[in-house]
Amino acid sequence: MENNFLIYLLIMAGVTYLLRAIPFALAKGKIENKTVQSFLHYIPYTVLAAMTVPAVFYETAHIGSGVVGFAVAIIFAWYEKGLVKVAAAACAAVFLAEFAFLFFS
Amino acid sequence: MNHIKRGIKDGLPIGIGYFSVSFSFGVLAGNYGFFWWQAVLISMTNLTSAGQFAGIGLMAAGGAYIEMMITQFTINMRYAFMSLSLSQKVDKKFGGIYRWLLGFGMTDEIFAVAARNKVVSKSYFAGLLVLPYIGWTSGTLAGAVLGNILPNLLAGALSVSLYAMFIAIVVPEMKNFRSVTVVVSIAIALRVAFYYLPVLRDISSGFALTICAIAAAFIGAICFPIGGEDGE
Repeated sequence: MENNFLIYLLIMAGVTYLLRAIPFALAKGKIENKTVQSFLHYIPYTVLAAMTVPAVFYETAHIGSGVVGFAVAIIFAWYEKGLVKVAAAACAAVFLAEFAFLFFS
Repeated sequence: MNHIKRGIKDGLPIGIGYFSVSFSFGVLAGNYGFFWWQAVLISMTNLTSAGQFAGIGLMAAGGAYIEMMITQFTINMRYAFMSLSLSQKVDKKFGGIYRWLLGFGMTDEIFAVAARNKVVSKSYFAGLLVLPYIGWTSGTLAGAVLGNILPNLLAGALSVSLYAMFIAIVVPEMKNFRSVTVVVSIAIALRVAFYYLPVLRDISSGFALTICAIAAAFIGAICFPIGGEDGE
């Protein structure tokens, strides 16, 4: 494996880098097509939503803690608290919930 | 200067979340028999989760180089769409060499946070990369060296911070735009289908994510073109 490691690494890093850099560097100017514009506008939200559900429920030791963290994050996000506060609140909630599930189950 | 500071601050929750995710990557790499410096080198040059997890699995199994190429391509194809999307928001001074250099940092989370800005400057984007890069690299190192000592309790709480951040980005938009609510619901419904249904669930997570995100955004582009009555 030792011999091949650097070649594997080069392939992994190279493919990943080119996928990221080529469209970023070569897309010159604004895209005028309305459908493409709209597609690119929605992409961040669809990526994030698809990453979050259902994966968020399986990150914690107990699925209930994941549900608690999810709910707390949604409430804080609804009131537009900002990234750091939402993340901190959800982390704290999950931490407490994991404790609770540990002791009461 | 202000832009860099704002970027660094926005990168904090990403960095914390990355530490815990890459910690598990480091632990797994150690279990597979990789040296700590190999795990760290992978993280420093790839800066991606699903691709790295799949990558070390393939290496450990002695997979073919072409297999590695195809795996990385399908799992990470979504970055191409993100880069294209963000290229529409960068300011005039963010060009040429800076795009080649900073494009390296286009992860799901960094993209999503950057895309919240109407205009993205190179100093903001560079600042945004700092803490996630440090978190990703140091988490890998810690995981590979220390092994599995981060209590489950803490690991779970930390990794939820990434998802909480996603929620913080998406929910306010859903509140304000019905189009985003519909598009997000479609993306979630598709992802849930790919997660649980037979056959569909065998598709690698990175590729499934790409399919769900593209399909939902495409439906959104057809049904709710921006500039329409419900668009922005």
